[in-house]
Amino acid sequence: MADGHHTQTAGSHRVGRIVIYALLVVFALYYLMPLFVMVTTSLKTLDDIRTGNLISLPREISFDAWIKAWSSACSGVSCNGLKGNFINSVSFVLPAVAISTLIGAFNGYVLTMWRFRGSDVLFTLLLIGCFIPFQVVLLPMAQTLGYLGIANSIPGLIFVHVVYGLAFTTLFFRNFYVTVPPDLTKAARIDGAGFFTIFWRIILPLSPAIIVVSVIWQFTQIWNDFLFGVVFSSGERQPITVALNNLVNTSTGVKEYNVDMAAAIIAGLPTLFVYIVAGKYFLRGLTAGAVKG
Amino acid sequence: MTETGASGKLVHPQRRFGDYIENALPKVVLGPTLLCALIFVYGFILWTGWLSFTDSRLLPRYELAGFVQYVSLFQNERWWTALGNLAIFGGLFIGVCLVTGLLLAILLDQRIRAEGFLRAIYLYPMALSFIVTGTAWRWILNPGLGLQNLVRQLGFESFTFDWIVTPGMSIYTVVIAGAWQSTGFVMALFLAGLRGVDDAIIKAAQVDGASSTRIYTSIIIPSLRPVFFSSLIILSHIAIKSFDLVMALTGGGPGFSSDLPATFMYTFAFNRNQIGLGAASAMIMLMTVVAILVPLMYAETRRGHHGR
Repeated sequence: MADGHHTQTAGSHRVGRIVIYALLVVFALYYLMPLFVMVTTSLKTLDDIRTGNLISLPREISFDAWIKAWSSACSGVSCNGLKGNFINSVSFVLPAVAISTLIGAFNGYVLTMWRFRGSDVLFTLLLIGCFIPFQVVLLPMAQTLGYLGIANSIPGLIFVHVVYGLAFTTLFFRNFYVTVPPDLTKAARIDGAGFFTIFWRIILPLSPAIIVVSVIWQFTQIWNDFLFGVVFSSGERQPITVALNNLVNTSTGVKEYNVDMAAAIIAGLPTLFVYIVAGKYFLRGLTAGAVKG
Repeated sequence: MTETGASGKLVHPQRRFGDYIENALPKVVLGPTLLCALIFVYGFILWTGWLSFTDSRLLPRYELAGFVQYVSLFQNERWWTALGNLAIFGGLFIGVCLVTGLLLAILLDQRIRAEGFLRAIYLYPMALSFIVTGTAWRWILNPGLGLQNLVRQLGFESFTFDWIVTPGMSIYTVVIAGAWQSTGFVMALFLAGLRGVDDAIIKAAQVDGASSTRIYTSIIIPSLRPVFFSSLIILSHIAIKSFDLVMALTGGGPGFSSDLPATFMYTFAFNRNQIGLGAASAMIMLMTVVAILVPLMYAETRRGHHGR
């Protein structure tokens, strides 16, 4: 009797496990489906797309769409592919990430190790910058970039992304340095070590992990940005997200879905690569931002 | 140690000057950032606020004209569509993300093999831009060669799924694509929360004979309240700011049926040369964010003080 009862619960337990795994796999397939469709579509010929369907595999693998997306697809009036825009994105994303991370590290250091009267209030004021909808700064910023003579330029985009990224990088470093025991720096201060010496000798060696988190977060945010790109740049200067959107919306005769998909993958590849290589830090950035909202 | 102290006394005046610099240094370092926030966040909000009270069109003008822009904003049919869409999109997007995210987190918390691998799959869309997501889903959802065509080829000849080109339905496709992208993030937050639940309480409940459903509904899920709050804050923030996804997926169309406040603002401020109207819509967006986030954050911090 007892045995029968036992096998019954073991049986229902097993059914339960199967249901759990089945659900997880179905969800996994759902999340992978768009990536699968993007990759297969980008490798098909237009004929193949018309005669096949969304999930059919390419009859023969063709890289023509990739070549076209990279070097000759039309976006807006120019037909040079995404190559130039990819280079644009690299050339403003890297400096913007480096500058905003560096300043964020110093800010976090000041806000934890060198607190002064009112520094907590200032931090809160700074944090609010994370929450505003950027629409509310677009019009004045467009004017200001014009006054400064950096409208529609790479330095202009670097400037905008640094200014509005600082709140996040400061938050990351501040929340990390709060966990560093204050005795560590107190002893150094008694020994007469100054502001920069302590930063350089004690704080920076503790920081590689949080630097990676900040760099990945900023890289993903700035590379993926569309709003600032579409408002503050035009034509040849546009970042890749804007060019991708133009490419997809440029209708010259036949709609080339394979080229659209190849272009979308090209635009997504750098951040996807970072995610695959450093997923752990990626998640830490997301949740670190979430702690404070 | 003693040496520095002694030399410090010897060079007394210099030391005081050094102290002064040392004291000012943190403020000097923080200064530029604060100045930036003051000008480019707070100053610009005031600037936009001022513009919203003028009759600026192609170029900004600074003579005040009262509430004309707000009046014409709320007489604008397109703005009401955008607001209605925000309610639909926001509600469904947040609801779907919370429910699916929680479900996935609970499923993943059942000592699953290959948990890390599955987690990585659910989360990867978060690394993509909304433009890439929108482009991919636009292709999948297009009735001609996409999903509808696929199901018809499978034998369901009359299957119709053309929301993306149907006014009144296209906003729901934005929900589909948005939820696809953001659910993994909510899942990750919930999973971290689940891992933080005290095992001792669960063990005690098991000893008392509580079923696992009961343990989830009355112990574990209520203890995830803080995670619900932060997810809610982040998701509503994403919803109100949503711009890229609509631009890439539907372009606000058909017509302007899937417009959101963010696309409305962009269209009027930058394409239609209605700077005053654009500024007014941006101010309403800001006020919406404040009206939703401030009570949420207030509730969260209050609970933080008294609850735990």
